[in-house]
Amino acid sequence: MPFYVSPEQAMKDKADYARKGIARGRSGVVIQYDGGILFVAPNPSSALHKISEIYDRIAFAAVGRYNEFENLRKAGVRYADYTGYQYDRSDVTARGLANWYAQILGQFFTESNKPFEVELVVAEVGESPISDQIYRITFDGSVAEEHGFVAMGGQADQVAAVLKDHYADDLPLVRALGAAIAGLAGQGNGEGTELGASQLEVGILARDRVHRTFRRLTGARLEVLLAEAASAEGSGPARPAPGAADEPQPGEAASPDDGVTP
Amino acid sequence: MGSGFFAGRFIAACMDAGTSSFADLVAACAPETLPGAGAAAAAQLGGATGASGAAAQGVSGAAGESAGPYLPHGTTIVAARFDGGVVMAGDRRSTAGNMIAQRDIEKVFRSDDFSCVGIAGVAGIGLELVRLFQLELEHYEKLEGRTLSLEGKANRLSAFVRGNMSAALQGLVVVPLFAGYDEDAGRGRIFSYDVAGGRYEERPYHSIGSGSIFAKGSLKKLYTDSLSDREVIMACMQALYDAADDDSATGGPDVARQIYPVVAMITADGFRRLSDAESGEYARAVVEERMREPSGPVAPLPPVTS
Repeated sequence: MPFYVSPEQAMKDKADYARKGIARGRSGVVIQYDGGILFVAPNPSSALHKISEIYDRIAFAAVGRYNEFENLRKAGVRYADYTGYQYDRSDVTARGLANWYAQILGQFFTESNKPFEVELVVAEVGESPISDQIYRITFDGSVAEEHGFVAMGGQADQVAAVLKDHYADDLPLVRALGAAIAGLAGQGNGEGTELGASQLEVGILARDRVHRTFRRLTGARLEVLLAEAASAEGSGPARPAPGAADEPQPGEAASPDDGVTP
Repeated sequence: MGSGFFAGRFIAACMDAGTSSFADLVAACAPETLPGAGAAAAAQLGGATGASGAAAQGVSGAAGESAGPYLPHGTTIVAARFDGGVVMAGDRRSTAGNMIAQRDIEKVFRSDDFSCVGIAGVAGIGLELVRLFQLELEHYEKLEGRTLSLEGKANRLSAFVRGNMSAALQGLVVVPLFAGYDEDAGRGRIFSYDVAGGRYEERPYHSIGSGSIFAKGSLKKLYTDSLSDREVIMACMQALYDAADDDSATGGPDVARQIYPVVAMITADGFRRLSDAESGEYARAVVEERMREPSGPVAPLPPVTS
């Protein structure tokens, strides 16, 4: 290789490469609600997950190349279980895991020819919404702490703009799901795609559960929630007035909508 | 685990581990933290510094000077099947030699949603063994997205017990009793182990630990296939009482301190540990009955012709 490539150029090329790869896929959304943290990603496969449990109060969401983030997910589970085994379960934190991921991604970005084409979110549900923690880790190992909501992958900026209009603190689960769906449905090739239960992967970290707080929402339960979210979106204002429309919308008051049933 | 914990070697182990076993990961990263590893290392050290030429060093020589008897030991565990699941119960005493080391120790644990494990023998190693086993099942579940079959869980536990064998030969013996609800077969199952890792399915009840002879004798006379879940719990309580009655290392219900056996029940609905209040109801019923009839329920003798 007789050619000289400046470090600036090499890094820029790698970053462009990674960004393109990540933007090619579809977005994922992580959003806080009154009872915990909600994860939503369009995903037609029920076997290959983009959202997963890491530890008692920590979950993981990713976009980009499946084989790469699946490897990172498994590594994260190993890190968490190993740390909890050597110390105590309460010593496994999202902050520690996010930093550990940052170290791996940063090292790969500088040292290898092909960087990871992934973007990760590590979230930990706390005792109260204020103590919830959401970290976004990008392909080059940067870590950002986020509050309220995160959109990543695909046209993340557009999704985030929609989420910003719909988000308020302490939304009930149905409204938070509605906001996420509104954000995700807006992306794509202009036409608003219908996102049914079979095209979505949805999970929650439920604050009130003990021990392992992560749950997947699937099947009939997800369909009911989606229907409620759709009617709440349709009837309510585009942006819920903070404090005014936080209660479940009229109609489906019977089903539990806080997502913390055992 | 030193400062190198977060460094390349651990990251490499996490990224490249071609296994869904947590124990294998620990064995690769920090084998000295596995249960029984300390005892095995101490044994090696003893063998090296002692009479280096003595070929007999090892089993017989070391067992004679073992610290085993002076460490806290867990005592009696019973388990019995019923139509729809399985029950496991354990007394609350641990003994070190002729001392009571602890009166409220717990020796029956949830290992995952559909299984539980009880331990008898050296408590220190046993509790670590349980912790590793619980993590092994959870780790596999998170990595693979499915739970192990009941047979698979029983086999993993077998490997862990075998891993402790060199410590066991030094006198630090611990054996588990494993029970769970087999979702494929639709019934409860019980597995016992020997120190070599031998795994044996037990039907329809079993007991381990110092009081197990008495507990099994008791269950033998009380157990029938038609017992309900509540009746099986009562039979296990009776068996533990009988074990405590004749074995000094097994603790009976402590009515004064309200310390009662730990009772776990596993059905198609999953694992459930009885609350102390629930367990206490069964235990106090046994105690009350024994006030009138100290030896407990009497099995009818078939008529004798002469």
